[in-house]
Amino acid sequence: MSQTLLDALALLGSFDHRLLEIVGLSLRVSLSALTIGTLLGLPLGAWLAVARFPGRGGLIVLLNALMGLPSVVVGVLVYLLLSRSGPLGSYGLLFSPAAMIVAQSLLVVPLIAAVSRQIVEDAWKDYAPEFSLIGIGRMQAVVLLLTDCRFSLTVATLAGLGRAMSEVGAVMIVGGNIDGYTRVMTTAIALETSKGDLALSIALGLVLMSLILGLNVAAYSVRCWASRRYG
Amino acid sequence: MAHRFRSLVTLLSLLAGVAFAQETLTVASTTSTEQSGLFGWILPKFEQATGIKAHVVAVGTGQALEIGRRGDADVLLVHDRVAEDKFVAEGYGSYRLDVMYNDFVVIGPKADPAKVRAAGNTVEALKSIAANQQTFISRGDKSGTNAAELRLWKQAGIDPKTLAGYKEAGSGMGPTLNMAASLNAYTLSDRATWGAFKNRGELDIVLAGDPILFNPYGVIPVNPQRHPHVKKAAAERFAQWLTSPAGQEAIAAFRADNQPVFFPNAKK
Repeated sequence: MSQTLLDALALLGSFDHRLLEIVGLSLRVSLSALTIGTLLGLPLGAWLAVARFPGRGGLIVLLNALMGLPSVVVGVLVYLLLSRSGPLGSYGLLFSPAAMIVAQSLLVVPLIAAVSRQIVEDAWKDYAPEFSLIGIGRMQAVVLLLTDCRFSLTVATLAGLGRAMSEVGAVMIVGGNIDGYTRVMTTAIALETSKGDLALSIALGLVLMSLILGLNVAAYSVRCWASRRYG
Repeated sequence: MAHRFRSLVTLLSLLAGVAFAQETLTVASTTSTEQSGLFGWILPKFEQATGIKAHVVAVGTGQALEIGRRGDADVLLVHDRVAEDKFVAEGYGSYRLDVMYNDFVVIGPKADPAKVRAAGNTVEALKSIAANQQTFISRGDKSGTNAAELRLWKQAGIDPKTLAGYKEAGSGMGPTLNMAASLNAYTLSDRATWGAFKNRGELDIVLAGDPILFNPYGVIPVNPQRHPHVKKAAAERFAQWLTSPAGQEAIAAFRADNQPVFFPNAKK
């Protein structure tokens, strides 16, 4: 096993600039999807935390269930949507990085919304009496709570990041794993595995895990720094 | 400093310009052509000759034809003659040209418990695998290889689904070979994917050279009358180049595992 690992690391050398391209595309696609997911998911989650309407419970259960949405199902749905024979076919987005961002965004939004809904709702329970006392409306409360919970909400965003960076089912289908164009870390690993090159798969897997770890270290450092400075 | 900045801007606009100006083409093709490394070998030559950048989506032949049917690729390079002719006859493809062939090989344990090496031909080999109750891994994914395998079972007069040792992987050639290697089982593979496959375990080629295992590849531009958005000119250039002397020589010069695995056969 340790020999396999050593072989694996040596193999990364043979990938050189192509590996950088693949890593770059992985980051570009997943961070774009994460940005979209955060911009939509956080307000959605916070709104759902404070809003009261019939069917809210059902919506929360649905949102929680969508955290387990299989990425391959999202892949097929986005494929049918973006295919030339589908409703959005005229844009010609299938088999492009844009299609991969769309698919990953759909995976990330429910996850971020569901986690942030729980975080904001717990905070809301503490503040609700004071808010109603000084006459703060629902929309204003959403903004205040999101600001107040910002450090806890990084967990929601990091969960989204992990989901986006690690999924393979959706990007494989809508991106097509095109060499030099839509090949990302996870689809490259799947390809090398199917070629029987297990050592290279492990090596790429290590790179991917290091990337995710690096991003988490960065997020944690920013959070520590920010909470010292502004907390 | 100013000079450096200017050259940086020039470089960036050049890069962006090239990226935007370069014509691209979407090719739906099979895992055998991609995973053997054939595309990595011939596409740079095609790009050099025509300036067109080809984007290859490598899937099973069944799925590649479906991608073409939906208009999501401009041109196909696939290997299931029966399905290809149907695709063109239904009006989804403009025409079909012979490009090259390789052959299927029967892969099995080196010890060969079903005595396939002694069977002489593929149909007898399948009968022997069934009679000896050996494990056989099928692609089970409607690929060209899967279609060829099912035709062979039919000729042997055996319904493979009735065999206890018959397992459908439902995946590409590589994963199927991985499964066969770990179960020490028999399977049918194209020679190119086997040639580039690394995780062989105790497996080897146990039968090859039977004329029935001939595996022709054809190129089919998607019909612009059916899908007006397809890149007609680029798709035709791809088909013409592959069947031209330059394309045919490039295919002939390709090696996987130090062996030729594709043989050009375009009509002159």
